[in-house]
Amino acid sequence: MTDLIEFLHDCPIVSRHRPWPRIEVDAAKWRMLVGRLASEEWELLGLWGEPNAVHVAFHDPQPGTFAIVSRACPGGGFASLSADRPGALRLERAARDLFGLIPEGLTDARPWLDHGRWPMRRPLAAAPEPRSLDEPAARATDYPFLPVGGPVADQGGLHQIPVGPIHAGIIEPGHFRFHANGETVVRLEQRLGYVHKGTEKLMAGRSVADAALLAGRVSGDSTVAHALAFARAAEAALDVAIPPRAHYLRAVMAELERIANHLGDFGAICNDAAFAFIMAEASILREDVLRACHTNFGHRLMMDRVIPGGVLVDIFDPGVEGLRRLVGRIGTRVLELARVYDSKPSLLDRTIGTGTVARNLVQRFAAGGYVGRASGRAFDARRAPGYAPYDDLEFDVPMLDEGDVHARVWIRIREIGESVKLVEQCLDRLPGGPIAVPVPAAGGEGVALVEGFRGDILTWVKLAADGTIQRCHPRDPSWLQWPLLETAVDGNIVADFPLCNKSFNCSYSGHDL
Amino acid sequence: MWTTIVRSLLRGARTEKAPPADHSALAELAAKVDTAARARLGRSLSIRQVDAGSCNGCELEIHALGNPYYDLERFGLKFVASPRHADVLLVTGPVTHNMAEALHRAWRATPDPKWVVAAGDCACSGGVFAGSYACIGPVANAIPVDVHIKGCPPTPTQLLEGLLALLQHASKR
Repeated sequence: MTDLIEFLHDCPIVSRHRPWPRIEVDAAKWRMLVGRLASEEWELLGLWGEPNAVHVAFHDPQPGTFAIVSRACPGGGFASLSADRPGALRLERAARDLFGLIPEGLTDARPWLDHGRWPMRRPLAAAPEPRSLDEPAARATDYPFLPVGGPVADQGGLHQIPVGPIHAGIIEPGHFRFHANGETVVRLEQRLGYVHKGTEKLMAGRSVADAALLAGRVSGDSTVAHALAFARAAEAALDVAIPPRAHYLRAVMAELERIANHLGDFGAICNDAAFAFIMAEASILREDVLRACHTNFGHRLMMDRVIPGGVLVDIFDPGVEGLRRLVGRIGTRVLELARVYDSKPSLLDRTIGTGTVARNLVQRFAAGGYVGRASGRAFDARRAPGYAPYDDLEFDVPMLDEGDVHARVWIRIREIGESVKLVEQCLDRLPGGPIAVPVPAAGGEGVALVEGFRGDILTWVKLAADGTIQRCHPRDPSWLQWPLLETAVDGNIVADFPLCNKSFNCSYSGHDL
Repeated sequence: MWTTIVRSLLRGARTEKAPPADHSALAELAAKVDTAARARLGRSLSIRQVDAGSCNGCELEIHALGNPYYDLERFGLKFVASPRHADVLLVTGPVTHNMAEALHRAWRATPDPKWVVAAGDCACSGGVFAGSYACIGPVANAIPVDVHIKGCPPTPTQLLEGLLALLQHASKR
């Protein structure tokens, strides 16, 4: 095991990049790095492009360090990391679509986010290539899904089930292609990108305050967490320290968001096994939380409440006691519902042993959140790298090893309890003072890792000298979780797919950007 | 376990009561939706929701319409899985280029008479995503829209208000 920073010691560190080092490597060192990945435990947390450059974020679990490695690639080419870090595969395909970068050695030549329908190719490259709108748009059937081989397939024993992009429920769009042998799923392949909105390009050239609105809409269910990751990255770039009260208010909002989403998921998973009672009860609690958010912060989802420099609004003081009572009640009620869940054999029959993800896979993909923690990967950004105010608060990070739907349900149940404790602690210790500081218009680079309800969000910001965004990349946790859903479903029956999918609850919008 | 279930049953419905009219805005609105829905559609209006590029904030609030507080189905308004079963397409998002064909197909698959509701600022105007290379913009740029519901995202109450407006619009046709 080599220390990542030690391995990179002979390479220049970029100045004005905070808080982790960003290290520039040349082509030879990049190749050495790729060669070392098979034997090292460095986790790939993200990979993103810039015109003529590629960046990759690593976490070295042994000393617990984080670093960004950058490689200038004027010709566009760079050695692919995907052979040993499969989480990089879709990220590299996205960088190829958006920037025209060429991941050398990447075996999958298919586009990912680009469905052949934008008015330009390589929209984020220095010089995008216009695409005539008269060109016939690529048909959905033009995308070659991976073939399935083997004796059963050869005898025509498999059938395909195409699902989406529009799904049956009130959910986001994406395409799932099942190969099934009777009821059993032989392979699931996802095709995403349908809700690609060009968020990253829209951010470029905007002020930090303007771009924060877009960060808050990367994935609506994680609006607080994404806004927080963006704000922390911008504050790191500008070396801005925010008031202590703002840290605590941000944590209150982030934990309320986590509680609301976990409640929604707990109910929805049970509902997918036709147990509507818990869904109804959990949705009552969820609505109570959203109403409390509206009372205390003026918006049910708390959109645009976390801003660079602090928070937009202070907590509505007369509402604090009500909020304290509410989270206490939720803590008790969720345990009652968990007892109901645990005592229903017909429900447990659907969740136990269903959609299992192996521990070595969550580690290889560095999958975060409940997906990682239900399969033995304890990573939680609130612990490491850690950030205010969590370093002053007490909480557990629940972890299980089973890796099935049941484990992901129980991680959520226990995390609701921890979030309740965190909200209570924040309210008890809420410091006085201002809630925001002005953010200067200046240059710099910053990165932040923030724990959303779904997992760790990595946001990287590069500010031009006038303080506008030159490049911002928000990496939603879904990037590293979606691929694992494909393996989780293997060998399960088609009818259990909704349960598996809901237990992951990956974001389409957060992934497609 | 049974204590929990029995207590829940005995506690009574959480659904917010309909009128008197001077009650909360929701209660007032609920009554109007109910009358209009019965008059026009005999307690049956089927809605197919289509996310055409939303950030999923709108979907969360549309989902909330089904929780016991709002209980949308008591008005006969229900969400269906297929556009072929739908009277209404409830569309969210700034219509991405990548979703445009799917949206068109869903619209063509919806039998006449049909109505389209654009829900959320993105669906109304493109919202914060207006001008992006990847978006067509407002839903009205893609298919004809009958009712707009503003909000980022619209609250369940705003969504109910919008559906009421739709029912009135539909009655005039």
